[in-house]
Amino acid sequence: MRFQLTDDQRALRAGVREVLARRFGPDALRAAVARPGLDRELWRALGEAGFFALRLPEARGGVGLGLPEAVLAFEEAGRASLPGPLLGTHLAAGTVPGAAEGETVVAVVDGALVEWWDEADVVVGEGGAGAVPMRSVDPLTPLRRVPDAVACTADPVAVLLTAAEQLGTATRACELAVGHARTREQFGRPIGAFQAVQHLCADLLVRTEVARSAVYAASVTGDAADAAAARVLADEAAAQGARDCLQVFGGMGFTWEAEVHLLLKRAWVRARRSGGAEQSEELLARALLSGTD
Amino acid sequence: MDLAYTPEEEEFRARLRAWLTRTLPLLPPKPSPDDWPARRAYDLGWQRRLYDAGYAHVHWDASPTVRLIFLEETERAGAPYVGANFVGLLHAGPTIAAEGTPAQRERWLEPILKGEEVWCQGFSEPDAGSDLASLRTRARRDGDVYRVTGSKIWTSHAEVADWCELLVRTDPDAPRHQGITWLAMPMDAPGVTVRPLRTLAGSAEFAEVFLDDVPVPVANRVGAENDGWRVTMVTLSFERGTAFAGEVVACRRVLAELAREAHGNGRWDDPALRRRLGRLEAEFRALWRLVQWNVGEATENGVPGAGGSVFKLRYSHARQQLYDATADVLGDAALDLDRPWVLERLSSLSYTIAAGTSQIQRTIVAQRVLGLPKGR
Repeated sequence: MRFQLTDDQRALRAGVREVLARRFGPDALRAAVARPGLDRELWRALGEAGFFALRLPEARGGVGLGLPEAVLAFEEAGRASLPGPLLGTHLAAGTVPGAAEGETVVAVVDGALVEWWDEADVVVGEGGAGAVPMRSVDPLTPLRRVPDAVACTADPVAVLLTAAEQLGTATRACELAVGHARTREQFGRPIGAFQAVQHLCADLLVRTEVARSAVYAASVTGDAADAAAARVLADEAAAQGARDCLQVFGGMGFTWEAEVHLLLKRAWVRARRSGGAEQSEELLARALLSGTD
Repeated sequence: MDLAYTPEEEEFRARLRAWLTRTLPLLPPKPSPDDWPARRAYDLGWQRRLYDAGYAHVHWDASPTVRLIFLEETERAGAPYVGANFVGLLHAGPTIAAEGTPAQRERWLEPILKGEEVWCQGFSEPDAGSDLASLRTRARRDGDVYRVTGSKIWTSHAEVADWCELLVRTDPDAPRHQGITWLAMPMDAPGVTVRPLRTLAGSAEFAEVFLDDVPVPVANRVGAENDGWRVTMVTLSFERGTAFAGEVVACRRVLAELAREAHGNGRWDDPALRRRLGRLEAEFRALWRLVQWNVGEATENGVPGAGGSVFKLRYSHARQQLYDATADVLGDAALDLDRPWVLERLSSLSYTIAAGTSQIQRTIVAQRVLGLPKGR
């Protein structure tokens, strides 16, 4: 049992991290908030880097990797708060022409919500046409609401990749909070020397690492209940992590300029995807009763 | 990333599983949880069976993965816990194995493995719990013995123990973490008084131990004089590694039983309760993966990493949440001490306190893992 990243997986993660740092670093994130909209050039760059075709077999022009690698890539996208219908386009690779290359932007009708309807070239799923625009809480995720939507069973892969993005947000929230706690001085010392702040940071890490082992394990087993467990914990790690990070930043954290609110709002949007935590918890409850492992 | 076991590991699992199937029906009935003399006999009998079948060494020299399989399979099969033998097998034994002289290893290790002698842990004191380094029990050198005076508390199984791994202060003028020495004290030595303490669950699990000029041979000192803190830390890090792996398996079984109970008594129809149980299932699945992750780290790096503190923090809280959920499933029956899970619910309250409180663990994570500055 080697439940550790392989050298190839570490290299892949480093590669995605490097591409995103270059093309969508913290400054680009701020700029995107000022001018929301999908960056088609970046989208194509992601396509060239193989982000969307990652799990598509090589015989069909894809990279031919698996769920563990996709999870690592989505985690990095989450860590960078990369905007756009990443999941919809990734899932459409191989079925919607141009999706794999990042030429076609694909949005998905997911229950009662559609992300990025206006910017998408293709919308997958029923009811999108009647979807009503809403003023999205997340400045970087435009949303439409589908009236009279019917709930459907979520795709475990969509659940897991959403969890991977949430894990990235949780990781980022922990990094930001710890970095701030080390450098920000109050009462003549770094605030990270105060136990109250240390314990907030410790909880940030614990939630993140618990979520990480669940997300990575689910990517290896591909099991629906494991994916549901991963999402429940990653949702918590991302949303509560962003809140705690905001608390560590104090008044600065409550401003529009700080990155923290973007993490929290994106975590909230993702938490509504694929049936939300409700569906995942119900699935786990059923698994518990049926004795499946 | 890979969750598969090697063919050798799978073979170990299959052999152990077959042995458990043959052996468990031969065990005598389990004694009452409060009857410690009976529990001592029962737990040591189980240890002897493990020894005879060649499994006694698993905690000491098997790979972390094999140890994990051992804990997983014994718990799944409903085998006894290490119980009264806990300190000897998982703490004093590994300490003596790592730091003891050949004569000390010869004297103490085999009886622990064979289930002949029980150890208890004389670390905590009334004024030195999680702040272990402030311990005050004095040991004064007098020829070839140390004369020990002071008191210990929260000493599990003290009244049925043969030996005590005792931390004493040998140099009161040295800085707190120095001047401490690790001794093996015979519990029948003159001057040792054991007073059982009743826990809030009503049981006498641990005790106060009073030491009045107790002679302990210098030959019983493990490690150098005044080097006891380092000797202790060697083994404490292992305690926080896979120590709770079997318990996670047990919690998963309890949770499944709880779901069936709720299904039977109609509480299952409440979506809020169902979702709460579903969330607990997510929690214990993840904790199991975290155990596997830590085992992977230990395999790669040779020692359990700081992941142990991360695990202990989360697990102790999750265990309390699990047993609190039993109260919502049981309803009024949760007030009946004769019902299953009620005593465990009370016992679970110790988990965020014992072996370093959650607050201490958070400080460890913040300073040692996240590298935040030391402060107040």
